[in-house]
Amino acid sequence: MPWGEFKDTAAERRLFQRRAMVMLVVVFLLLATLVARMYQLQVVEHDIYTTLSDKNRVQVQSVPPPRGLVYDRNQVLLAENRPVFSVTVVPERVGGMEATLEQLARILDVSEEDMERFQRRLREPRRPFQEIPLRYDLTEDEIARLAVHRHELPGVEVEAELVRYYPHSELTAHALGFVGRINRDELQRIDPVNYAGTNYIGKSGVERFYEELLHGRVGYQHVETNARGRTLRVLERENPVPGEDLELHIDLRLQNRAHELLDGRRGAIVAIEPATGGILALASVPGFDANKFVTGISVSDYRELSDSKDKPLFNRALRGQYPPGSTLKPMLAIAALDSGAVTRDLTIWDPGHFQINSVGRRWRDWKRGGHGWVDLTYAMAQSCDVYFYEAAVEMGVDTMVSYLSRFGFGEDATLDVSGALSGLLPSPDWKRATRNEPWYPGDTVNLGIGQGFMLSTPLQLATATALIANRGEWVEPRLLKGIQGDRSPEEFLPGETHEPLQLKDPSDWDFIADSMAEVMHGVKGTARGAGRGASYRMAGKTGTAQVFSLAEDEEYDAEEVRERLRDHALFVGFAPLKNPQIAVAIIVENGGGGSSTAAPVARALFDAWIQEFSESGDGALVSQTDIENEVR
Amino acid sequence: MATREVFSSTASNPLGRPRGLWSALHVDPILLLLLLILVSGGLFVLYSGADRNFDVVKAQGLRFGVAFIVMLVFAQLDPSVFRRWAPWLYGLGLVGLIAVLVVGVGAKGAQRWLALPGLPRFQPSELMKLVVPMMAAWYLSRHFLPPRLSRIGVGLAIVLLPMVLIVKQPDLGTSLLVGMAGLFVVFFAGMSWKLISAFFVMVSVAAPVMWFFGMRDYQKQRVLTLLDPQSDPLGAGWNIIQSKTAIGSGGFDGKGWLQGTQSHLEFLPESHTDFIVAVLAEEFGFIGVLALLSVYFLIILRCLFISVTAQDSFSRLVAGALTMTFFIYIFVNVGMVSGLLPVVGVPLPLVSYGGTSTVTLMAAFGILMSIHTHRRMITA
Repeated sequence: MPWGEFKDTAAERRLFQRRAMVMLVVVFLLLATLVARMYQLQVVEHDIYTTLSDKNRVQVQSVPPPRGLVYDRNQVLLAENRPVFSVTVVPERVGGMEATLEQLARILDVSEEDMERFQRRLREPRRPFQEIPLRYDLTEDEIARLAVHRHELPGVEVEAELVRYYPHSELTAHALGFVGRINRDELQRIDPVNYAGTNYIGKSGVERFYEELLHGRVGYQHVETNARGRTLRVLERENPVPGEDLELHIDLRLQNRAHELLDGRRGAIVAIEPATGGILALASVPGFDANKFVTGISVSDYRELSDSKDKPLFNRALRGQYPPGSTLKPMLAIAALDSGAVTRDLTIWDPGHFQINSVGRRWRDWKRGGHGWVDLTYAMAQSCDVYFYEAAVEMGVDTMVSYLSRFGFGEDATLDVSGALSGLLPSPDWKRATRNEPWYPGDTVNLGIGQGFMLSTPLQLATATALIANRGEWVEPRLLKGIQGDRSPEEFLPGETHEPLQLKDPSDWDFIADSMAEVMHGVKGTARGAGRGASYRMAGKTGTAQVFSLAEDEEYDAEEVRERLRDHALFVGFAPLKNPQIAVAIIVENGGGGSSTAAPVARALFDAWIQEFSESGDGALVSQTDIENEVR
Repeated sequence: MATREVFSSTASNPLGRPRGLWSALHVDPILLLLLLILVSGGLFVLYSGADRNFDVVKAQGLRFGVAFIVMLVFAQLDPSVFRRWAPWLYGLGLVGLIAVLVVGVGAKGAQRWLALPGLPRFQPSELMKLVVPMMAAWYLSRHFLPPRLSRIGVGLAIVLLPMVLIVKQPDLGTSLLVGMAGLFVVFFAGMSWKLISAFFVMVSVAAPVMWFFGMRDYQKQRVLTLLDPQSDPLGAGWNIIQSKTAIGSGGFDGKGWLQGTQSHLEFLPESHTDFIVAVLAEEFGFIGVLALLSVYFLIILRCLFISVTAQDSFSRLVAGALTMTFFIYIFVNVGMVSGLLPVVGVPLPLVSYGGTSTVTLMAAFGILMSIHTHRRMITA
């Protein structure tokens, strides 16, 4: 059919005109709808959107304060802040996510864990243009390689963040603790405002105890930002207050020496300065590298640490609860003397065993055949068990417990040592409450040589030893020595709560100290080998704690069983005898005898502190005349 | 044949009516003036929307230059040329759409472009915005209007076929625009109101079916976000909340040119492309929006006048459909930016930054001018 023929063009025109009119009305109505909508948004709801718009434009950003540094007593840096570089990805700006990730994996060492975490974050709801971290702690090599490839990787950024770093971590991890990423529980606890820009918080040790001091006060800036969060202009700024720099009593040299002395073993050393209670060394061996924990330890690394039979993560110095054994004897001797259960001259016959009555159980002395006639000094020097069995029965459990508690056993007597345990000071009440058993006279006998239920940590033993070194003056153990600037540590240390232990005859202190010197220097002293050839006099007491059982779920080969069933070697002591500069407690797990294993360690520490470090150190100055007096 | 020669004559002026310069150029001065006002005003807004990037404005200006030339070229062609070419172009367009599905190049998960060796890249779907109404008008105007039911069926099939191919790319926005252009032809041709009602019933039944079987997740997401943008304020609802904030904070008279904080602080996404009307609304306020919509309304009025005064059914149907397509662009874009409609990726015609749609739209205005300036003066 040809175009235009046989058609009623006029009718078609009229039809079109009608339809066009309908469309005109529709267009008008719909445009009116748009105008009405705009009127609603721009005039009616204008105020609402103005508020929204201002909120959009000006953001308050937090400026995290740099964390306070931690020094040892010689101003050696123990904890610092290091810029750590991490690589982040802004998905909106990335060309192809998979290709980008593949290329990043070629340039960098990206573990499966990193990738999983990244993918998880990618799926979570987030703001557009918010960056997602892919890997933390880039090496300089990796940063350089990234810089080379940067033009091929839009949306990939390297960001810097100040992160805690412990230069001597293997030595200080247990004393200092460490920081880590804030977890959900901590999020509930902290002040959300002050921690607005902070990613890390003290997890243990000094870092945890002085978190508030170290953290500082958050700063703010009002900034105009774009939707990418990029700052266009800083409108107003309140600078953050950096955390306080702390000085600890710790002496890194002594700490290092302690680690060297225990190298290859498991054990703990606590050294206290008796005059101040300052903890000079707090070593738990093996240590670990706390730096791994700061940015988040990998599962395999963590498993390696936590599954290790040597338990490097276990802080033996604060949390290792051992039977004190014979190292409790000096404190018990004080108790026995002061309570009148024994006198300095009292002599008993040691046949090699002890019986409460003639038909009961026999408690053996460590020396078969016995020591014969024994007085207190000899009992200390030789660590005669039977003497102390008798003294214990004579004192009774209540007297013993009341004296021992004055030495800080059964409590956490520390001022600022986070996580210290209180051991166990058994008593009839305790036994009835926890075991539903009466206190048997035999329990008293066991307690007499520091065995039975009694448990104490190396830190508690060191504290009690320092009390003897101080002749009854209490100094609670503490780590904080000073705060840089004009604030005094007393402001932040908890108050001292312990009364001095006053004896009826204060000269008993010297008597017991002298008997401890017999241990080191006497012809029969159990640690005379360790004390030999010293240019100063020292006091000490050896101990041995029996290992009763092995954990059932652990498997050992025969060689190991023999090794792990050996007794723990213990030692407590202080030096010099007069005017003591250092009090120590040492435990070497499965070390065998205290005199052969632990005492030489103490001697080495004494030598180091009193002679080797005294010239440059500020704590342990002993004049040559003092030493000569001691020798004489 | 003689009739046709008279109809298609452009060289002669049988009535000897004085013809001005505009007629000689085959340009409608009123429409041209309105378009120039729109385009130049749009470039000002674009400068702000593109964050004072003059390169963007230059590129867009260049694009308008090309588009104006295309418009002039189309205006020179007699409407009968479009009519004769319509079936061939339609066939070519279908081949192009199929080719896109087979060998097309894509971006953002959709294949829309055809890169033929020796030719510039182009989108066959963009071509179909013009060709589909032409084809429908060609088919329906061959017969008496209003068309019989069977012819309406064929007409709808002509519209539906390219729609399906475009949806497959997938490009829902363009598919709907192409479909609307074709449907307007059927409407203008005189589809009975009864049928129109039936059609709407069908659509309302088809919509849920589409929802469950036809739509991709991101398309569903857009609809859901529209219904409740607050549900995902930092994700999918971000665009709508930010554009509403930009518009609302503009107030009655706006914050002033280049003073919009939302767009310049990059809170507003796509501020120089699909969401440019939010920039205008923020900086020029309700007044600016009124001005823009007024210019659009005047353009539509002029185009509807051209349609009504066109001299044959084909021209009327094509002109009317292209006019209404232009309006759909406006309504969908402004509706989406102001949160009335889902975000479907339709640019604001002749203002948003972007090449293809600008050229297509100006070609459409060229066709309208051609229709208007090639009238025989006998029956006018």
